[in-house]
Amino acid sequence: MLEFRMPSLGADMDAGTLVEWRIAPGQTVTRGQVVAVVETEKGAVDVESWQAGVVAQLLVAVGTRVPVGTVLATLEGVAPAASVAPPAATPAPPHPAPPPPAPPAPAVSAGARPLASPAARRRAREQNVELASVHGSGPHGEITVADVEREATPSTPAPPATGEALPSPPPAPATSDRGAAMRQAIAASMTRSKREIPHYYLGASIDMGPSLSWLREQNLSRPVTARLLPIALQLKAVALALRETPELNGFWIDGAFRPGVGTHVGVAISLRRGGLVAPAIHDVDTLSLGDVMQALSEVTARARESRLRSSELSDPTITVTALGERGVETVFGVIHPPQVAMVGFGTTLDRPWAIDGLLGVRPVVMASLSADHRVSDGHRGARFLAALGELLQHPETL
Amino acid sequence: MNPDAIRESVRRVLHAIAPEADLDSLGPGTDFRAELDLDSMDFLRFITGLHAELGVEVPEADYRKLGTLDGCVSYLAAHAPAASPR
Repeated sequence: MLEFRMPSLGADMDAGTLVEWRIAPGQTVTRGQVVAVVETEKGAVDVESWQAGVVAQLLVAVGTRVPVGTVLATLEGVAPAASVAPPAATPAPPHPAPPPPAPPAPAVSAGARPLASPAARRRAREQNVELASVHGSGPHGEITVADVEREATPSTPAPPATGEALPSPPPAPATSDRGAAMRQAIAASMTRSKREIPHYYLGASIDMGPSLSWLREQNLSRPVTARLLPIALQLKAVALALRETPELNGFWIDGAFRPGVGTHVGVAISLRRGGLVAPAIHDVDTLSLGDVMQALSEVTARARESRLRSSELSDPTITVTALGERGVETVFGVIHPPQVAMVGFGTTLDRPWAIDGLLGVRPVVMASLSADHRVSDGHRGARFLAALGELLQHPETL
Repeated sequence: MNPDAIRESVRRVLHAIAPEADLDSLGPGTDFRAELDLDSMDFLRFITGLHAELGVEVPEADYRKLGTLDGCVSYLAAHAPAASPR
């Protein structure tokens, strides 16, 4: 019997609220499949299963807030090849069984998710409205905040949205203001960082000329769906430069440095309603620039829609923050524990630049490094920035 | 393709990227990149979204012509394929 537990989605998370099951008992789950949606300070997160199996039992009801590590469901392991329980022999239906009749809701299969904006979902939770029973008036039938409020106004008390035939859940604590919760989580993490991590800070000006002209050329021949942004080159260059200074890539845990297995670059993404998340792009050093761009584009879209995946939030080995679009010249980053470094990029600005004794004008970016003195020294940090600058002079090698 | 339909498409794509923005209060000549606080990733998603809706490939050099609703409508009307996918 395998156990599926509430995952830790970052060092600052101690509990999460289960908001949706995407599986039903009897259903086969593959590795990496999204099996549940969990509400955290960082928004709703699609939680993936790291084991394959057949769902035996769902142990936690929708709406329940439980600590990290709590068993949420049990799975029967799948024996390879000649299994004792071939699919045909089990009475389990091939599709998830429809949920037990939720009072007024039209039948919706357990896997289906009504189209609704994140704000509408939040309002529905606050008002105790079952989304499946709301008529969406959006262009594609999406449920809007107004639809939810219309549904909520009739003063008949809406039944709690349990969804599954499980012991009725204790009321979820008021998670009404996600913005405030996220601010609290950021505060806790940054306070810990400033209290525990002896930061040092370095900055280096990098000529972005070669990278930007190479990029312009590239984008002329790339279809609109495959175009690159400068940040893709910067992320890849960071990942490659870390090969020279692996002591910047990893975690400080229990008084010791643990090198990262892989280079998973967290990208700081500001959310449109305020707040910040830094989901990881995995193995950036091995991806092509096109793949880095694709991954960045997807993760940005999902972060803004509050649809991140558990694997993206749990394991960045370093974080990059680019505040370049707001006119900021230099970022003085605060390291996200338990990571040991943060790389910042400011705005790329045309600057006077001396080349071979002559003054020219070049697009220049200030790259900064905040790093943990318990693990590395300025000398090594300088080496990292030098490698980063050199890589960006040769974009064709990225 | 008629300008009203193009304007509707532009608004739909913008709404997908900045769902919280009140597009009705956005002036036709207002620089919406600044007004809606769109970064370069948002803007690229906007361009990609227009491509999906209208089939127009906007080269990078023309991005600056698409910074306002009116600018989008006139550019896209001039470049939309004769038989629109929608």
